[in-house]
Amino acid sequence: MDIPKDRFYTKSHEWALPEGDTVLVGITDYAQDALGDVVYVELPEVGRKVEKGEAVAVVESVKTASDIYAPVAGEVVEVNAALEKTPELINQDPYGEGWIFRLRPLDMGHLDDLLDADGYAEALESEA
Amino acid sequence: MKRTPLYEAHLRHGGRMVEFAGFALPLQYTSIREEHLAVRRGAGLFDVSHMGEFLVQGPEALPFLQWATVNDVAKLRVGRAQYSMLPNPQGGVVDDIYLYRLGEDAYLMVVNAANMAKDLAHLRHLAQGFRVELTDLSQDTALLALQGPKAAALLQGLTEADLASRRKNEVFEARVAGRPARLARTGYTGEDGFELFLAPEDAEPVFEALLEAGATPAGLGARDTLRLEAGFPLYGHELTEETNPLCTPWAWVVKREKDFLGKEAMLAQACRERLVGLVLETGIPREGYRVLSGEREVGRVTSGGFSPLLEKGIALAYVAEDAQEPLSVEIRGKAVRASLSPLPFVPLK
Repeated sequence: MDIPKDRFYTKSHEWALPEGDTVLVGITDYAQDALGDVVYVELPEVGRKVEKGEAVAVVESVKTASDIYAPVAGEVVEVNAALEKTPELINQDPYGEGWIFRLRPLDMGHLDDLLDADGYAEALESEA
Repeated sequence: MKRTPLYEAHLRHGGRMVEFAGFALPLQYTSIREEHLAVRRGAGLFDVSHMGEFLVQGPEALPFLQWATVNDVAKLRVGRAQYSMLPNPQGGVVDDIYLYRLGEDAYLMVVNAANMAKDLAHLRHLAQGFRVELTDLSQDTALLALQGPKAAALLQGLTEADLASRRKNEVFEARVAGRPARLARTGYTGEDGFELFLAPEDAEPVFEALLEAGATPAGLGARDTLRLEAGFPLYGHELTEETNPLCTPWAWVVKREKDFLGKEAMLAQACRERLVGLVLETGIPREGYRVLSGEREVGRVTSGGFSPLLEKGIALAYVAEDAQEPLSVEIRGKAVRASLSPLPFVPLK
């Protein structure tokens, strides 16, 4: 399973990539593989204020619907509109083109509470 | 968890194993969508060895089955099969089944794995007073389903039987890849295809031979999306002990001109709900979601999902008899417009 070192992770399989004063959020390679063919993504409204751990988006595969949680508290400042037409980007490129939304965290320092790549790899192992 | 004779083969082919009705079975090998489309466009191969098989034989097999099932068994000729249901005394459904007539007084009943023990107890109870013998062959039977427009051509390469002369719902014996098999031109996908009843030790060589010949292995995920697109019921969802089959699109299977268990109760009930097909422009309906007419809840989704062929969300739902369009399905608190659709959802041969 691919786990890039440049970003943070949650135990619920989101990743958070810092970019300036914002973070891009998506789901991990492990999560997209477990979900299977992604066929629909429900994106949040831009401007929505969210708490850490709040369900922000929904990714639906053929099989099931899965909530995507905010890794940190903040405001949704952008969504990946490409997913409306091509939700399969999440399967094809989970760490790149398949990003889901961009948050402006209340405090960038909150990212330090998340897992790093090694921590996430360990979390996956204990889950298996 | 129980294993089918193909357990090791599933692992070898990358099957992602899940529990279903107490059996370890592949949910998918590569992708539900790809496996689904392989069945609609080519040929897919399913392991359905978890299903139950009961042999019903004896001089009173026919009157027993007439009493125990809703379809007309008197019309079933040797070498033919029919879809049917086991009614309960209250006019509900114990299980939906497939019945194959193997000989003058010999029938094979295929039942849902989840209902196997319940069905057997129910049938044994009903069989008292009939000169009939019930044998559970489930442990000794492997069952493969080869489904899709290319199924017949693919299977023809592995058998000397003339498949072109075999019509839908025929059942016959033949060798497949050198192994003895009972073949039936039946299935649960809405496509042409065959089901192969095999001895457990023959399952793997036949499975491998069919894959070698070009069949795509397909899992439970595709089996469910295929049956949903085809508008077929799944027991526990569209059919239950409380369902009156006369209030469903499968009312045709109930033959009123014969007598059967619970017939009076079934006929006496007025339908307060009907089963409908729904297609959504956006979003994916799932089991248990509410169906609305305006603000009013008029029903619930019993099976829902994504149709790989339509590329839309589809659902089967029970709605109140008087439910008026426009209908919507509530998805995470939002009402999403849903159109009534004829069944099957997609054109099938």
